[in-house]
Amino acid sequence: MSSTTTTTTVGTFAAPSRRNTELALLVFAVLIPVFAYVNVGLAKDGSVPAGALGYTLGLGLLAGVTHLVVRKWAPYADPLMLPIATLLNGLGLVFIWRLDQEPQISTPQLGGAMAPGQLMWSTLGVALFLGVVIFLKDHRVLQRYTYISMVLALVLLIAPVFFPARFGARIWITIPGVGSLQPGEFAKIIIAIFFAGYLMVKRDALALASRRFMGLYLPRGRDLGPILVIWALSLMILVFETDLGTSLLFFGLFVIMLYVATERTSWIVFGLLLSGGGAVAVATFESHVQVRVHNWLNPLELLNGGVTETAQAMYSFGSGGILGSGLGQGYSRLIGGIAPKSDYILATVGEETGLAGLMAILLLYGLLIERGIRTALAARDPFGKLLAVGLSGAFALQVFVVAGGVTGLIPLTGMTMPFLAQGGSSVIANWALVGILLRISDTARRPAPAPAPSTDAEMTQVVRP
Amino acid sequence: MNKPLRRVAVFCGLLVLALLIRVNWVQFVQSDQLKNDSNNRRVAIERYSTPRGNIIVDGKAITGSTTTDSGDFKYKRTYKNGKMWAPVTGYASQAFDSNQLEKLNDAILTGTDDRLFFSRTVDMFTGGKQKGGNVVTTLDAKAQKAAFDGLGDKKGAVVALNPETGAILALASTPSYDPSTFAGMTNKDAEAYNALLKQNNPDDPMLNRALRQTYPPGSTFKVVTASAALQNGLYTDVDSKTDSPVPFILPDTAHQPLNNEGSIACENVSLREALRVSCNTVFGKISADLGNAKMKAEAEKFGFNNAKIDTPVRAAESVFPKDNRPQNAMAGIGQASNRATPLQMAMVASAVANGGKLMRPYMVDQLVAPNLNVVQQHTPQEMSRPLSPENAQKIQSMMETVVKEGTGTSAQIDGVTVGGKTGTAQHGENNKDNPYAWFISYAKTGKGTPVAVAVVIEGSDTLRGDIAGGKLAAPIAKSVMEAVIEGER
Repeated sequence: MSSTTTTTTVGTFAAPSRRNTELALLVFAVLIPVFAYVNVGLAKDGSVPAGALGYTLGLGLLAGVTHLVVRKWAPYADPLMLPIATLLNGLGLVFIWRLDQEPQISTPQLGGAMAPGQLMWSTLGVALFLGVVIFLKDHRVLQRYTYISMVLALVLLIAPVFFPARFGARIWITIPGVGSLQPGEFAKIIIAIFFAGYLMVKRDALALASRRFMGLYLPRGRDLGPILVIWALSLMILVFETDLGTSLLFFGLFVIMLYVATERTSWIVFGLLLSGGGAVAVATFESHVQVRVHNWLNPLELLNGGVTETAQAMYSFGSGGILGSGLGQGYSRLIGGIAPKSDYILATVGEETGLAGLMAILLLYGLLIERGIRTALAARDPFGKLLAVGLSGAFALQVFVVAGGVTGLIPLTGMTMPFLAQGGSSVIANWALVGILLRISDTARRPAPAPAPSTDAEMTQVVRP
Repeated sequence: MNKPLRRVAVFCGLLVLALLIRVNWVQFVQSDQLKNDSNNRRVAIERYSTPRGNIIVDGKAITGSTTTDSGDFKYKRTYKNGKMWAPVTGYASQAFDSNQLEKLNDAILTGTDDRLFFSRTVDMFTGGKQKGGNVVTTLDAKAQKAAFDGLGDKKGAVVALNPETGAILALASTPSYDPSTFAGMTNKDAEAYNALLKQNNPDDPMLNRALRQTYPPGSTFKVVTASAALQNGLYTDVDSKTDSPVPFILPDTAHQPLNNEGSIACENVSLREALRVSCNTVFGKISADLGNAKMKAEAEKFGFNNAKIDTPVRAAESVFPKDNRPQNAMAGIGQASNRATPLQMAMVASAVANGGKLMRPYMVDQLVAPNLNVVQQHTPQEMSRPLSPENAQKIQSMMETVVKEGTGTSAQIDGVTVGGKTGTAQHGENNKDNPYAWFISYAKTGKGTPVAVAVVIEGSDTLRGDIAGGKLAAPIAKSVMEAVIEGER
């Protein structure tokens, strides 16, 4: 399929690489967090933070290196993804640093200041991103690791059961003295690779071998196997790891990829029925799910005479209003603990930058997601399409589940806002995710190799009757 | 695979759209409600983030603000001579809310009042912090000090008014409390506050006795009864004899006599003489003769039975009830179910002194913006006319006789015409508790009538009988009047 109207579909001509667009956007993606950083310093102490110049240079250097690497190894990559990820990560660092300025929530018991650590993790994340871009020459290589991915994903998902719960959810692998890891963040990438590889092979069987019933194509019993396995697995995550978010994410991811692979609406119906049924069933006996739902329905309710985290987050958003209190001038620390830096970071965004700032952040996420899906549309191979939509879909579901939970749209689940929230695993995994998407988009937009000169054709021309 | 991909793209777009709608709902539609929710600590943080405006007496602030380092709240309230001024200011505490002037003028003091919008807007553009406005009171620091010092260790209250305007000049209540002690929110503040609560302190120091406590007015109410007699034409000449037997048997009772205190000559004496020596029989009979309806009507013109006397701090309702005939007769001498606040009795004295015209009492003269613009100015208002000017003259001359040669001689001031009335109200069943000593008075100088005072002292355990009011309360009234007159000169 060739087209001259869009740059993302494949044409034989050379699509513009858009690297200069990316560079220009990157300049903004570096400058905006720097301004925000200076703004916080001015608001809190009345002076430009001491490290401002260093941070600017550091961030600029990091962005510059990533840009040069992309220019060299992925010249046709999507020009928006890298700047958006850089901007979100930079703003996240500023918000975490800003919350570090509140002594009440930065005591040694709570882990002290978290921005330096987050900066280190971000750097590691960017390094992993560069590694993906440089060493993953072609995303189809990943297809070879379909079943290894499956095993790895299962291990990562099940492992936290054997480690103690933190903050009410078993989503951590804690190694005493070394640190802790949130394997779910990595699992979401690996499982997308597995689904993409698996579905690419099985899609025809799943799509075609079915009976028609009441307008729906019903899959054969044996084809139902995989979806039921994934369903059972996600329910187990919910029950044993008390992690509503991860459970929802994996099941949703699978349904989306299945739908894209088979083009059968019936899978969505099945998916919704299974997830709805599963959620209701689990909610009837899992008290923590009931508590979450109760908090969602009664956000401002007092608990033992105290204001709950949920209520504090709502007050944060409400007090921010349209334009916000200004960076460094909000009171989202009232949420207490480390939650304002991790799960509830959006509350700080909402309060200090207002509705305007929060909508801008959400739109940035939306843009990143849509660029990912656009990459899927443009990809030339089914594996690339499935992987791109899987990664973007996982990202979209995560953003929706976290932002929806924090703003009270849906019950709260314990997940972190990609790039923005404090958490090493999250930021590293998401940089890797963007790296893979960038690689797929580079392959997709790269001009198709010129057709090899066909010797047959020439021969035909030479021989005349 | 592109068709489902496009649908997934739309689906993801819808997810983001749902989030956008939700944040609009929370941050725009619900914003005000959440912002001002009583559990939202930002409301209190904001409130204490800037120094509070001050309450002003005689051009000087009697309040202040100081920074604290405990918790979220930056500034807390301080009070200068808090015990003396507490009945005026009330308190503003980080932990225990606020009351009285602090509460009623909170918007001005914190600077959130709509009338300070311009000032706030200027602050916003110049980068200044929101500032609070000031509340300028009508009080007279010297009179207040005289009242507070006069009460000393005794339990009681003093109210001084300017009869011509209704301005409150002194408002003292003892035992008092220092609102500074619990302005913050530390454990020490909580202890101080709890120690002041009525259940922990039988003296109830936080009760504003001047405005919020009612007492039987005792003989001071005879001024109202005399007014009713003149206004209703029962008697017209205060110096001619009245029809007053001794003892006076209460109506509708077989042989229930109303006695006088001690052996004073009260039989058929003139009104002037009856007030001078404080005859119960004469005034009890007047009340009985006029009947409950007329007595109640006159009392109400003086401010009784009005639950909405706002100074702006609302005074407790003084009561002259609808009652049966014997009780009504007793009410005529300030007993039975008759109850009055010290403010109410000061209003009685002030209406008499102001030629029969009762001015609405007030203690906030001006509300002033941080830039010193006056945002609200009180103009004196007439509340009612309980007495015609002629009858007011007559009552005045009777009250002046009381001070010149009656029970109130201890209130005399050289070179100043003082009118007054003592009172000793019975307290408890069969008068078993210590009585309340009352004194109401006014002073006239060449320039006008600058002050009317009511003093009440609870449980004057040393003295019984009608002299208690004259002995205990009158000297305090005198020093308050002197302080006001001193200031006038």
